[in-house]
Amino acid sequence: MSRRKTERLLNLVICLLATGRPLSAEQIRHAVPGYDRDGDEAFQRMFERDKNELREIGIPIDVVRDPWEDEPGYRIRRESYELPEITLEPDEAAVLGLAAQVWQRASLAEAASGALLKLRAGGVATDETVGGLGPAGGALELRVDTRDPAFPPLWEAVRDRRVVRFDYRGSGSETVRTRTVEPWGVVSRRGRWYLAGFDRDRQAPRAFRLSRITGQVATVGRPGAVEVPDGVDLRSMVGFPEEPVEERVAVVRVRRGTCQGLRQLARAVRPSSGDPAEWDEAELAFSDPERLAGWMASLGSDVEVVEPPDAREAVIRRLKGALA
Amino acid sequence: MSGSADRLPRLLALVPYLMSHPGAQVGEVAEVFGLSEKQLIDDLQLVWMCGLPGHTPGDLIDVSWDGGEILIDNADTIARPLRLGIDEASALLVALRMLAAMPELAEVPGDALPRVVAKLERAAGEGAASVSSQVAVDVDAAPDALPRVREALTGRRRLSLRYYVPGRDEVTPREVDPMRLVVADGRTYLEGWCYRAEAMRLFRLDRVLGADVLDVPADPPAGAEPIDVAQGVFRPSPTDELVELEVTAAGRWVAEYYPCERAEELGEGRLRITLRARDEDWVLKLALRLGDTGRVVSPPAMAARVREEAERALARYAHRS
Repeated sequence: MSRRKTERLLNLVICLLATGRPLSAEQIRHAVPGYDRDGDEAFQRMFERDKNELREIGIPIDVVRDPWEDEPGYRIRRESYELPEITLEPDEAAVLGLAAQVWQRASLAEAASGALLKLRAGGVATDETVGGLGPAGGALELRVDTRDPAFPPLWEAVRDRRVVRFDYRGSGSETVRTRTVEPWGVVSRRGRWYLAGFDRDRQAPRAFRLSRITGQVATVGRPGAVEVPDGVDLRSMVGFPEEPVEERVAVVRVRRGTCQGLRQLARAVRPSSGDPAEWDEAELAFSDPERLAGWMASLGSDVEVVEPPDAREAVIRRLKGALA
Repeated sequence: MSGSADRLPRLLALVPYLMSHPGAQVGEVAEVFGLSEKQLIDDLQLVWMCGLPGHTPGDLIDVSWDGGEILIDNADTIARPLRLGIDEASALLVALRMLAAMPELAEVPGDALPRVVAKLERAAGEGAASVSSQVAVDVDAAPDALPRVREALTGRRRLSLRYYVPGRDEVTPREVDPMRLVVADGRTYLEGWCYRAEAMRLFRLDRVLGADVLDVPADPPAGAEPIDVAQGVFRPSPTDELVELEVTAAGRWVAEYYPCERAEELGEGRLRITLRARDEDWVLKLALRLGDTGRVVSPPAMAARVREEAERALARYAHRS
């Protein structure tokens, strides 16, 4: 933005804030330096662009249509422009300082620091040292990362209640499909971001992992088109089902002196009856034989699943797969 | 906020800042706004050219910075900052809700959290409160080891840990001088000086199997620098060996789970992944786990090791089935 344009916009803001009654475009043209030298059409275009730019940075411009006048009038209402008076107690300022650092370098970092700057400009004492919070007085760093390229456009779509379309590869799927989704929200779980919303193709609520979105996120239709149902629980939409009850028990032979993690998690470990000098026998609780098999296969020749047979077969299948 | 496109919002915050901090120093204000002193003076010169319609000297904003002390007058129209935008308010509200969900970690005094949330919602434009409830961040904030670790942090004591390293399937004893807690990627970590590694290390708290607070004061070396977790908590060293894997659609989780140098689509959901391996055992375990959903392409010696180990393991099963 050129210096001259910044000057013009600042003068425009001051002019629209200062006026008691709405001003017509023509009146604004005379009152604000920078417009006067242009022809009518050029002025109209410039004024339209200027209004849009002010709205983009969050300045509310009122358009007043008086039935007795041909032209609309413009003004900025002080009460909708100004940050309300706000004061923070020291403990509140400390909490806010801690909250503001969460987004450091993530895609909302600029928004967070912009907010803090406005509060400070408004005379609010904000505390960025975070003294006294967390264990050992400030020895706490909180960080949320938004490395997925799909995060910024999805955040905007959620904010603007706008339908989105993107290409998505389901977990383990060989194909990429285009999905059209009414976004209800974004959720971070264990450091990974998910979009929760209504999948128009499946006609059902669905969650999508952002890292599995390929290519661009496009918006479809107008802002405000998405209705988020009352009482929708975003967290439960992306929550993997709670760890199922571990109901089965596997018996695993474990080479003496190896597999320490397994030994920690085992329900019992005893010397193996067959070869007590070199092998122990461990009991492991599990629910999904494939998950158990992945873990057991990773331990190679240091373990052998004795039973149940389905888990033993699953390990053999994996090992044969690794051989191929 | 030094780009030219951000200049108008900055000026609309700068003027109220100067009004509420009369006599502020040029250097101090430049720092608050992330500007050089030269950029700030340039901003002040621009503000000084603006004012009420008419633009006679009496209408213009009056700014002076004699002796580095900034005084501003005749700027009543824009004396208050613009209210918070939806993005701005939401960024703070989401973070505050995240803090509220982890009381064990952020020892927030009393009811400060709900008080700040209420004040911010009032200060924000319409809609910010509802948008911020559409973003949620879940953190596993209360692992079993937390109370002991906090005790050591507060009392500045050395910790004796039993730490599980899944990649090597080892439990190792560590003596650690705790320095801070880091919450990143949805997990809670202890950062501290590890005497075994003689370096700063991050310990994922849910992998701490045992923690004892020792009767020894924590005394990390003076030069111990915090680890930069901006690019993720786990970052392989550039000297680690490059390993190439080919995975099927069912093995793509590898690329989502571990930081990769490259991931190339091979069609039908298959991927060729290049990553840096911490050690050979880790690659071996990964390849065995993958079974027929992935294989090591290079280095060839690694691929051979995977086959040998699979054969050895299968021999055990053949022997008893």
